[in-house]
Amino acid sequence: MSKRDCLVANDWICGEYVRSRSQELIDATVEHVAITAASVAIGVAVALPLALLARRWRFLAAPILGVTTVLYSIPSLAMFSLLLPFFGLSASLVVTGLVLYSLTILVRNILAGLQAVPEEAREAAKGMGYGPLRLLWEVELPLALPALLAGVRITTVSTVALTTVGAIVDYGGLGTLILDGLDTQFKAQVLTASALCVALAIAADLLLLALQRLLTPWTRAHRIRPGRFARKADAAKSVAKVAEPV
Amino acid sequence: MNAISGAYDWLTTSANWQGEKGVWHRLAEHLYFSGVCLAVACLIALPIAMVLGHIGKGGALAVNISNVGRAVPTLAVLILLTLTPLGEHGDLPTLIALVLFAVPPLLTNAYIGMREVDRSVVEAARGMGMSGRQLFARVELPLAYPLIMTGVRSAAVQVVATATLAAMAGEGGLGRIITAGFNLQNTPQVVAGAFLVALLALAVEGVLVLAGWIFDPMRGRARVSE
Repeated sequence: MSKRDCLVANDWICGEYVRSRSQELIDATVEHVAITAASVAIGVAVALPLALLARRWRFLAAPILGVTTVLYSIPSLAMFSLLLPFFGLSASLVVTGLVLYSLTILVRNILAGLQAVPEEAREAAKGMGYGPLRLLWEVELPLALPALLAGVRITTVSTVALTTVGAIVDYGGLGTLILDGLDTQFKAQVLTASALCVALAIAADLLLLALQRLLTPWTRAHRIRPGRFARKADAAKSVAKVAEPV
Repeated sequence: MNAISGAYDWLTTSANWQGEKGVWHRLAEHLYFSGVCLAVACLIALPIAMVLGHIGKGGALAVNISNVGRAVPTLAVLILLTLTPLGEHGDLPTLIALVLFAVPPLLTNAYIGMREVDRSVVEAARGMGMSGRQLFARVELPLAYPLIMTGVRSAAVQVVATATLAAMAGEGGLGRIITAGFNLQNTPQVVAGAFLVALLALAVEGVLVLAGWIFDPMRGRARVSE
């Protein structure tokens, strides 16, 4: 089969498509990555204070976890559409929706991570004269890091997938190509963009896994002789819900 | 907010609720898709997960399927299926996609639920002379029930949400009101449709929480595990 044929024949796999439209694919991928990265970064920035609030005042924990869980069950198409009057057709609409979704898993994981910090470590730091901020920054957050990063990984993977729905307002990254491909029955475009999307999710997950190993070298020592903290951190990881929004 | 009062007007206009493109018809489509697919997914996933959980095999399978499911964009699968020859069979791509996306939470939760039953309780039941079948029905299943129901709830929410996305691939359901609104550049209709979809998702979640509580075989008794 010659190169030109696959575009004319509308094949699923078409090297000529990838070659001739590479700029379009790169632009869409860049948009996809930018939207995902912004959503996860803002999600962490919002979830951290919420988790700290929920830990500091226990009566706030139930409403914070409750509201973020309720947000989680709203379908993404509805979520983006409900935000429409506030943001118009813009990338910030998609990012806001994705941030709202990320909160459920992030708040839960950060909270579980902070609560799993051994009391002895906290007491020791206080005894050494650490103030509350320094305690948080130098002792509690590093110890909560494995659970936090586990949450970030789950969130990132599902955000990459969810970003595609942003196609409804034309800011869906690769999703926009997928939706256009449906309108024009362009099979190669749909399959290539879908495959890129899955590849992106896997690449992001591996990258974050590497980052986690780099940032928390002490967790590897625990794997040899599991201590109390390692077990608690594992428990924290299992907090994340199994399902994800669509 | 113009769009919000507009959405209220849209919702209170009875013409928008009648006919083939009306809310009632779309809601019926949505519930039909979701109900059938949830039932099919349960019939496929729950027996497998329960048996695997009972014999204690296939844990990696159950967990990996749900991880893979997270990375796959629902919209992409819907559209890919629509473009295959299956797309000529009307609703079939939507139904298949819905089932596919309901299976991972069902499988994972049911499996983990069965495995997390307190081993000492299981050993005690064995010691009392329970057969494998009795153990399964009278010990493991009642104790695993909450996690199994969590899976059913996740799956139901998943299916309702995916049925919304089906509208983007050209199929029916409540999402159609939203996509039609986008095509007409009618923001009030988009917001009204989104409101209805969100309401439905929350209602489904609520009804299932209630149903889970009513049918809990251990209701009023202490659950030893966890």
